[in-house]
Amino acid sequence: MSNNSSVMGAGSPLSEEVLAPAKTKGRFGAFIRKFCKQRMALVATCFIILLFLVGIFGPFLTPYNPDEPNYDALMTGPSAAHWAGTDEYGRDILSRLMDGTRLTLAVSLSAVMIAAVFGTIFGLLSGYYGGWLDRLIMRGSDVLFSFPDLLLAIGIVAILGPGLSNVVIAVAVFGTPSFARIIRSVTLSAKETLFVEAARSMGAKNRRIIWRHIFPETISSIIVNVSMKIGGAILAAASLSFLGMGAKTTEPDWGAMLSMGRDYLSIAPHIVYFPGIAIFLTVLAFNLVGDGLRDALDPKTKN
Amino acid sequence: MGRYALQRLLGVIPLLFVVSVLVFMFIHLIPGDPARLIAGKDATLEEIQGIQEQLGLNLPLWKQYINYMGDLLSGNLGNSIRSGMPVTDMLESRVMPTLWLTFLSMGWALVIGLLIGVISAVYRNKWPDYAGTLTAISGMSIPGFWLGLVLIQIFSVELGWFPTGGVDSWKSYILPSITLGAGIMSMLARYSRSSMLETMREDYIRTGRAKGLREYVVIGRHALRNSLIQVVTVAGLQFGFLLGGSVMVETVFSIPGLGRLLVDSILFRDYTVIQALLLMFATQFILINLIVDLLYGVLNPKIRYSS
Repeated sequence: MSNNSSVMGAGSPLSEEVLAPAKTKGRFGAFIRKFCKQRMALVATCFIILLFLVGIFGPFLTPYNPDEPNYDALMTGPSAAHWAGTDEYGRDILSRLMDGTRLTLAVSLSAVMIAAVFGTIFGLLSGYYGGWLDRLIMRGSDVLFSFPDLLLAIGIVAILGPGLSNVVIAVAVFGTPSFARIIRSVTLSAKETLFVEAARSMGAKNRRIIWRHIFPETISSIIVNVSMKIGGAILAAASLSFLGMGAKTTEPDWGAMLSMGRDYLSIAPHIVYFPGIAIFLTVLAFNLVGDGLRDALDPKTKN
Repeated sequence: MGRYALQRLLGVIPLLFVVSVLVFMFIHLIPGDPARLIAGKDATLEEIQGIQEQLGLNLPLWKQYINYMGDLLSGNLGNSIRSGMPVTDMLESRVMPTLWLTFLSMGWALVIGLLIGVISAVYRNKWPDYAGTLTAISGMSIPGFWLGLVLIQIFSVELGWFPTGGVDSWKSYILPSITLGAGIMSMLARYSRSSMLETMREDYIRTGRAKGLREYVVIGRHALRNSLIQVVTVAGLQFGFLLGGSVMVETVFSIPGLGRLLVDSILFRDYTVIQALLLMFATQFILINLIVDLLYGVLNPKIRYSS
């Protein structure tokens, strides 16, 4: 009887907890087991952890001062003293790459996080409330989708002016609609589940249903999509820097370094090779982790 | 089918309208007075007012939009701020290189992507699958502009097989289309692999095998043909990606195409040209998506009747 009365206590946190789907450690443990089975994704995760460490402790680790020119060693190839050679001012390329790691991670992560936050909010609202709000948000994303990704980013940077913060905004804007669509479709199916119906029948408010019951259901989709989008964001930011619309050429940005090295391609190709390899490996690692997370979290794509 | 097509066509009209408003607003969204931007830094007040009147910038916004659309529909995109040339003339001379580049890239990407996808699916979880998957994910992760520069360094500078840029002969298109197609090829390989795997679980594949058809008939005639529909659809949707990528590739290889024009116009703040190009790219993209949707309806009766 006491058990019954607690369930009947409309809207009390305890009763909703009882009806919400069980999220035990078993689910997390199963995810970890599945993820660890994928060796490539695991290697990529280690590489990304390494990148974050370099991003955080970079200034203490670089073998040379990344901004200090050395006119005795202009554009020298890889050697024992300079593992990745030196650039057109004699600066150590490895040191500049390490210093630029933070910039690359900061730009791509913040752009994707902004896109994830706005996309999730729009998707939840659109899927939960439906009606005119849904139509408005979905038509809005159709409009954004009608510009190819990179062109939309270029257009936005043309309006806002060059610079890394504007690159973040531009990449976030073109990332938002795909988040909104994915979260909307998850919301639509979560809305029909029994536990949402139960919560509603107990008088839970819309806002509470969205955040306490539907939002947790979307988290795995959000995580997968964030990890899949980071690689693309790094590529887009590097492309904009390469076109002279992103980082200033004085900044140790990987795309900007590549763009500067372009003029010396025939005499010192290593200036172009190393930043490109850094971008490639980083994007590859994020894409592999994204694939791994998707396979481990999304039961639909098990094969 | 008629109703489905009509529905799709009508759906595009509001989209085109909103896109045209956005592109029209582009010049007003840039911080600062457009007339002042066009006149340049040293212009006098009279000059600025002259430009305002000449371009109708002193009219209310909705009137400006109507004028803009009127001009647009009669094929007048205005004049370049930088050179004073009619924008339509500038676009005309730039279309062909971009079209060639786009179609060549799509062509090889489709063939190789499908091949990798099918081989991966047939040899699932064996070494050809791993090799194919690794190729695909690497192609997705490689920065296009960097791949272009590396190809130039190896094949043009070191080996001298191809020109480093320009559009003087068919040889000039080889390296750029390899660069531009790499990303699409990877996407198509991944997509056709998963689509093939899905198709191969269908009952009619089992039936085919059960009645003793040879494996290559089952794969080629039944599985491949059915997943081809979806792969071609995805390929169509990737044209937008190519339009974006052409900006990078044309810059790297100095190809006088539309993408290069966009970059130059942004660097020189030639807003009328930027406006025209954005509108053109978006319209092209919307129309391609429409065609793909219609084709999909023709190929797949399920879509046609459920709408």
